Amino acid sequence: MTLASLSPLWPELIVAGAAMLLLMVGVFRPETDNDGEAVGWLAILALIGAGVVIIQQPTASQTLFDNAFVIDGFGRFMKLLVLAGSAVALLLAFDDFRDHKHMKFEYPVLILLATVGMMMMVSASDLISLYLGLELQSLALYVVAAFRRDDVRSSEAGLKYFVLGALSSGMLLYGASLVYGFTGSTSFPVIAGIAKSSVAAGNIGLIFGLVFLMVGIAFKISAVPFHMWTPDVYEGAPTPVTAFFAAAPKIAAMALLCRVTLGAFPGFTAQWQQIIVFLSLASMLLGAFAAIGQTSIKRLMAYSSIANVGFALVGLSAHSAEGTQGVLIFMGVYLVMTLGVFACILSMRRQGGAVDTIDDLAGLSKHNLPMAMTLLVLMFSLAGIPPLAGFFSKWYVFLAAVNANLWLLAVVGVLASVVGAYYYLRIVKIMFFDDAAEPFLPVRAKALAVMAVSVVFVLFFVLPFIGGPIVEAATAAAKTFRY
Amino acid sequence: MQAAAQIFSDYILPLLILAGLSAVLLGLLLVIIAFLLLFDRKVWAAVQLRRGPNVVGPFGLLQSFADLLKFVLKEPLIPAGADKAVFLLAPLATALFALSAWAVIPVNEGWYGKWVMSDLNVGMLYVLAVSSLGVYGIIMGGWASNSKYPFMGALRSAAQMVSYEVSIGFVIICVLLCVGSLNLTDVVNAQKSGLGTKAGLPSTLLDWYWLPLFPMFVVFFISALAETNRPPFDLPEAESELVAGFMVEYSSTPYLLFMLGEYVAIVTMCAMTTILFLGGWLPPANVAPFTWIPGVIWFLIKVTFVFFMFAMVKAIVPRYRYDQLMRLGWKVFLPLSLAMVVLTAAFLQFVRYA
Amino acid sequence: MALTAGFFYLFATLAVFSAVMVIVAKNPVHAVLFLILTFFNAAGLFILLGAEFLAMLLIIVYVGAVSVLFLFVVMMLDVDFAELRAGFIKNAPLGLMVGGILVIELIMVLGFQVLKPGIAAQASVPIVPGASNTAALGRVLYTKYVYFFQGAGLILLVAMIGAIVLTLRHKEGVKRQSIAAQNARTPATAMSVVKVPSGGSMIPDAKPARVPEPVE
Repeated sequence: MTLASLSPLWPELIVAGAAMLLLMVGVFRPETDNDGEAVGWLAILALIGAGVVIIQQPTASQTLFDNAFVIDGFGRFMKLLVLAGSAVALLLAFDDFRDHKHMKFEYPVLILLATVGMMMMVSASDLISLYLGLELQSLALYVVAAFRRDDVRSSEAGLKYFVLGALSSGMLLYGASLVYGFTGSTSFPVIAGIAKSSVAAGNIGLIFGLVFLMVGIAFKISAVPFHMWTPDVYEGAPTPVTAFFAAAPKIAAMALLCRVTLGAFPGFTAQWQQIIVFLSLASMLLGAFAAIGQTSIKRLMAYSSIANVGFALVGLSAHSAEGTQGVLIFMGVYLVMTLGVFACILSMRRQGGAVDTIDDLAGLSKHNLPMAMTLLVLMFSLAGIPPLAGFFSKWYVFLAAVNANLWLLAVVGVLASVVGAYYYLRIVKIMFFDDAAEPFLPVRAKALAVMAVSVVFVLFFVLPFIGGPIVEAATAAAKTFRY
Repeated sequence: MQAAAQIFSDYILPLLILAGLSAVLLGLLLVIIAFLLLFDRKVWAAVQLRRGPNVVGPFGLLQSFADLLKFVLKEPLIPAGADKAVFLLAPLATALFALSAWAVIPVNEGWYGKWVMSDLNVGMLYVLAVSSLGVYGIIMGGWASNSKYPFMGALRSAAQMVSYEVSIGFVIICVLLCVGSLNLTDVVNAQKSGLGTKAGLPSTLLDWYWLPLFPMFVVFFISALAETNRPPFDLPEAESELVAGFMVEYSSTPYLLFMLGEYVAIVTMCAMTTILFLGGWLPPANVAPFTWIPGVIWFLIKVTFVFFMFAMVKAIVPRYRYDQLMRLGWKVFLPLSLAMVVLTAAFLQFVRYA
Repeated sequence: MALTAGFFYLFATLAVFSAVMVIVAKNPVHAVLFLILTFFNAAGLFILLGAEFLAMLLIIVYVGAVSVLFLFVVMMLDVDFAELRAGFIKNAPLGLMVGGILVIELIMVLGFQVLKPGIAAQASVPIVPGASNTAALGRVLYTKYVYFFQGAGLILLVAMIGAIVLTLRHKEGVKRQSIAAQNARTPATAMSVVKVPSGGSMIPDAKPARVPEPVE
């Protein structure tokens, strides 16, 4: 094995190497309250560097380490999303963490390591690399959830996430061991080959393994009924960390789910399709209805993310190139919208500190019209109102479901969107028509930049030079799997 | 009848031979340790310009045996609040683990084969594993005594032994890299050629690993002191702070077993130093007068030499403070030994010379 | 062969017995000690399988390090066992149910639903004849499985960073020893020679002539 043969692994090596290097930089610098800023900027630079390398990589799919690591169009698309999500979430963290005097250098390092884990997940083509990537990502996430360690809610969030995450990892491992026991291999292509053969058809043990695997992953994407940790963790974790949770890890876990279902178990479509359809229906409905009564905007975003996962699963359950393309587009648009909304939430600052109830937004249009307009656009998009990006992302997944004759799913999805629109629009109503509350402090430059980019993206997704390349890339990426 | 004879020759006879050899080894070991203990006290006394034990037997040679009798004949006391089973198990465990390390330590090799009870493939790891178990006797004893000072001694020793095991592990990895085997006999044989033979000399003491791996030799020696709770690292039983640490409540035979375990562990560490760095039973130069002396004598001489260094350290160096001990282990030895592992591996990879 | 079988039953029985005792033991310290006994017997089983390297690692890592910390923590904690036991009985039916399901599944896996018989025989990495199992493990660990090996390393790094970042607190005003500063002292900075007039006395300078210990 030479260094040149490792070229598909360069992005991971860059991020992992940067994490270790920055750890050393951080440790040997004199300690201050905010010594993480320089490290944070370097971390963002590393993420961008890895992204550039991924764009430069050849389009053909390659495998390394006996098929443990695979790099293909799908992986590259998802990795770019993950890197973008991590970088922007990190960017958003600077100001908030500085307010709390908690910008430690470990934060960017942990984000980088979590990103390595997510990239490993996206590229996993083996049960062991699947588990290692997932665990690397999760462990870093548990720590950052509890990062504000003097805050009870942050510690609670970390602990809750850790306990439930450990449980889900256990289930996943149990499933993985069953799958290994029945197929004699941990490699996805081999498992796929055996699962397709006639001996394996309907094998109960293999189905058990598949079910446990999917339960484990469903925990990570917080699909109903494995979503209970999400609202508490989102609410308790520091807001920039919540922004990170809502963005990159969801994408990585979704990629993992695609790899397992489409890559390892194409022979068991009927079986996993049932599970995905159920997860999807339950997530969409619960996400839509449970969000209505929320007062905290962070909890609301948690339920919104649950509902959105449900929508993305609609695409996956179609089991077609069209469906996978829908998932990819949906996750891309979801990423932009979520980060935009969290940039707004992070800007909800008053003299006494940050606030996070929906009522604090009352009358926002009176004193900060640009921010109100930003939220308006993003909320409309989340609700799926044309011609915004959110409409198109839902359009692609529902279309795939309809073409796959999953009518029930498409109809329920549309209904759930309508219910969801109610609470998104309620925020708009509070901002524009309620009596003005105390004004917020001015929006900071970094949050402003993120808001601006997301609004432009959401507004003009319909234009061919913004949405076009993404749809094209997603179409190409979806062809990675055979259906 | 045939079957019985078969069973006898296949199972019972080897078992008897093994048991007999073990008994001989243990007997010799304990006698040697009795004299080393006296030697320890004599060295200590000499440094302090005292005479040391000189009453029992000629030059006090029988002092250790007198002590043994005294301990055995006294009444063992068990504190009322103690956890009886664990309290009595602790000294037994200490002595047992310490003695069991000798199963894999080779003392000579020749036409009669290897002088070792069990020629284990992973002998080095076995010794590391067994020596890491020594901590259990101390923790169990400290806890079961149900008393403050023993408990604090136990806590100190747990942290101390776990800390220094790490650097011992890395030292062993360094030697393993050079040898390419975890078998202790192979380790000694690998030292037949080295720096000296590269320079054209016959195999001498320059070939032994103490020279190329000198920093590791020092790290191993000091870590061995800490691992066996020897001064200047005898914090678990620091008499000025904790009376006698984990042994406060012990008396009579259980106390004797603790002391025995401690000294056996020290001699094991001396033997390991000899095997890993001082060429085991190899003579200091492979030329006429030295080769006449049997290897086992060389082995004993080297072990005694290392033990002498242990005794001198005890006599000369003042006791460390607890934070200094931890600092030395984690901030000095760990990075140093890690760096040496990397350096050794890189050297072997690129120069391809062991 | 008979001897091996005998040892197998010895280790297996002791392992199961001590595993049961871990749960049943009233005193948590005894439970940990039984856990250690279980590890020992597991190591014995490894040796019977010819995996002496794994056996030693099991003892070094689990018995020599992990269990020491367990014991350490359990001794320091004041666990109320009556309360824990109540929870045990309350949750026992649920536990039994989950355990039962797992047992049934394991029986299915091992028993009659085998897809590829003889999977154990066709290990994915053929064992090189003559290589000791330390060497054999090293050979695959650093080639075929290097990706997993490094991934596991990163996970441990995250665990370490996490433990430090969540627990390390620097107290204000704690005096720390700086050994480098102490060693850097010279007679010139550390002491001063004072001429004491005969029959008189000498009051030392208010400023101490030693290097002040740095305060972190």
